[in-house]
Amino acid sequence: MSAQRESRVERVTGRALPMVGNDIDTDRIMPARFLKAVSFDGLEAHVFADDRSAATERGITHPFDDERYKGAVVLVVGRNFGCGSSREHAPQGLARWGIAACVGVSYAEIFFSNATALGVACVSMAPADAAELAQIVERVPDTVVTVDLMVQRVRAGTRDWAVSMPASAREALLTGSWDATAMLTANFEEVRATAARLRYISGF
Amino acid sequence: MGTTLLKKVWDLHTVRRLPTGQTQLFIGLHLVHEVTSPQACDMLRLRVQGIAFPDRTWATLDHIVPTDGQSRPFRDEMAEAMAASLEHNCREFGIPLFDLSSPDQGIVHVIGPELGLTQPGMTIACGDSHTSTHGAFGSIAFGIGTSQVRDVLASQCLAIEELKVRRVDVSGALARGVYAKDVALAVIRRLGVNGGAGFAYEYGGAVVDRMTMDERMTLCNMSIEGGARVGYVNPDTTTFEYLRGRRYVPAGSAFDRACGWWHSLASDADARYDDRVAFDGSAMAPMVTWGINPGQSLSVEERVPSPDDEAPGGRLALEEALSYMGLEARRPIAGTKIDVAFIGSCTNGRLSDLRAAASVVKGRHVAGHVRALVVPGSRRVSHAAEAEGLHEIFREAGFEWREAGCSMCLAMNPDRLIGRELCASSSNRNFKGRQGSPTGRTVLMSPAMVAAAAVAGEIVDVRTMLPEREGA
Repeated sequence: MSAQRESRVERVTGRALPMVGNDIDTDRIMPARFLKAVSFDGLEAHVFADDRSAATERGITHPFDDERYKGAVVLVVGRNFGCGSSREHAPQGLARWGIAACVGVSYAEIFFSNATALGVACVSMAPADAAELAQIVERVPDTVVTVDLMVQRVRAGTRDWAVSMPASAREALLTGSWDATAMLTANFEEVRATAARLRYISGF
Repeated sequence: MGTTLLKKVWDLHTVRRLPTGQTQLFIGLHLVHEVTSPQACDMLRLRVQGIAFPDRTWATLDHIVPTDGQSRPFRDEMAEAMAASLEHNCREFGIPLFDLSSPDQGIVHVIGPELGLTQPGMTIACGDSHTSTHGAFGSIAFGIGTSQVRDVLASQCLAIEELKVRRVDVSGALARGVYAKDVALAVIRRLGVNGGAGFAYEYGGAVVDRMTMDERMTLCNMSIEGGARVGYVNPDTTTFEYLRGRRYVPAGSAFDRACGWWHSLASDADARYDDRVAFDGSAMAPMVTWGINPGQSLSVEERVPSPDDEAPGGRLALEEALSYMGLEARRPIAGTKIDVAFIGSCTNGRLSDLRAAASVVKGRHVAGHVRALVVPGSRRVSHAAEAEGLHEIFREAGFEWREAGCSMCLAMNPDRLIGRELCASSSNRNFKGRQGSPTGRTVLMSPAMVAAAAVAGEIVDVRTMLPEREGA
């Protein structure tokens, strides 16, 4: 899917789904039993699987089961989203479910790299702004949210906030070079030369 | 102004600055396992590329292996398919594999150091967040995702942003019954589960200087739980003596030259750090977690926190954690009943961990209601422990003595919690559902504390159970 589709990511527009709470780890996003596979196919069905069952048991509708958020492309999150395990299965599941951008306070580093490598934009905003955005989409799930990497702003209805993201990730998304393999294999002689200079490779 | 080890190693491995502003960083050692590599190999095949440096790549099988009988085919068909996929990929791409037919098999972060693959001054990557473990040797080691595993297989490089360095000084001396795990939990408690974002943690100070390599590995292993993708300790004579004679370490005069090079990479005395924090190791006590992330911890002498003492922002998270854990606010954490005791994992599954636990259980017995497991981190750890008779001590005390693997740390194999069981665990994550039951509960602690809890049937201060002459 998207990993093979080199393309520029300038903006993402569509409905949003709120995932309130901080420190949501990748074990929750994609429980380990779904990592027992040799491909990423079908992971969209298992996003937040245990949280969803637990919610259903308590008579609550989890946002990922809520019909009103069906087709959402933006995920609104809190602080340190995607912490813990490096499993790419977490952003793969979210991307295959349809999420093309995350908007929130902050991301765990490995999750951020993994998401960026799939062309999923993760932008950061102030905690109060993220909370307001989550409230807006909870109140009016039809709200169209635009994540604009060109101007680094997120819009929802009449509201509009500044967001940020590391310059390198933004550059990679805007230029369509978020899949790094091509860039990293373009200068193999230079790589070889770097390796040859290392004592533990050339010999002590 | 001097330079940090991170900066020196980074510069040595920099191929070029990429158009995105990131560094193209050469990776000196790529470690591969069965969970995060099959898709990467498939992506490679689609692009008709081979592996750039098969001689800098090694693989093992650890996450999915059963620990109560490792004959093939595995009973679990999906686990069998993953093992077969890894074997196939390693054959096709020429990657050496330490699988179940090898006496060197074990958890990737245990065997890398054991075999001497992990060395100071290297850059190391593995599709596993606990790759930070290898920083104990003064290497810069990253956990990466599958797309980056593909990048490293294809190019032996990562596109990555340079990290800032936070010096974490632990002064004084640890009291008896206080271990590296307690230091790690105390650091994360204060700096937070995302406090390390953007940083590499450089651990130092008198406590770290005196630590064995096993202890430094425990400390660096938990860096990622504090949000730091990389943690490291400057290489010193403890490091060199650990490495001497290991299979992939240079021998003879080459070893002496290697030591000189390794030593030169340590941070300079006047190195500039982006941040510094200090801890008093003498004041530390055995730590346990009470919540659903590794930052939610306290010393075993403390009481469970109350939502009433929280600012409004933190209140909900605290209530959620207490409700999931079924713990009562303001009650002492000691005395909390446990159902399962797990000793093992890449955090605390090494020989010294098993020794510490065995010294507590020797001559005692696991409480009647507790299911207790010891899972060595590797086959070499297992054999070394058996040579000392540790397996007999554990078995006589009522522990199951298992074969090497990741086991109950992460629930990708048959070892898992059932229902709401509460597990005293020497592993690294107490996330909701982490140990395989969606309602299972994890309390993180040192292996000695797990051993004590197994015997008492409840969380207890291990210092009340240490043998007279044990040296901690």
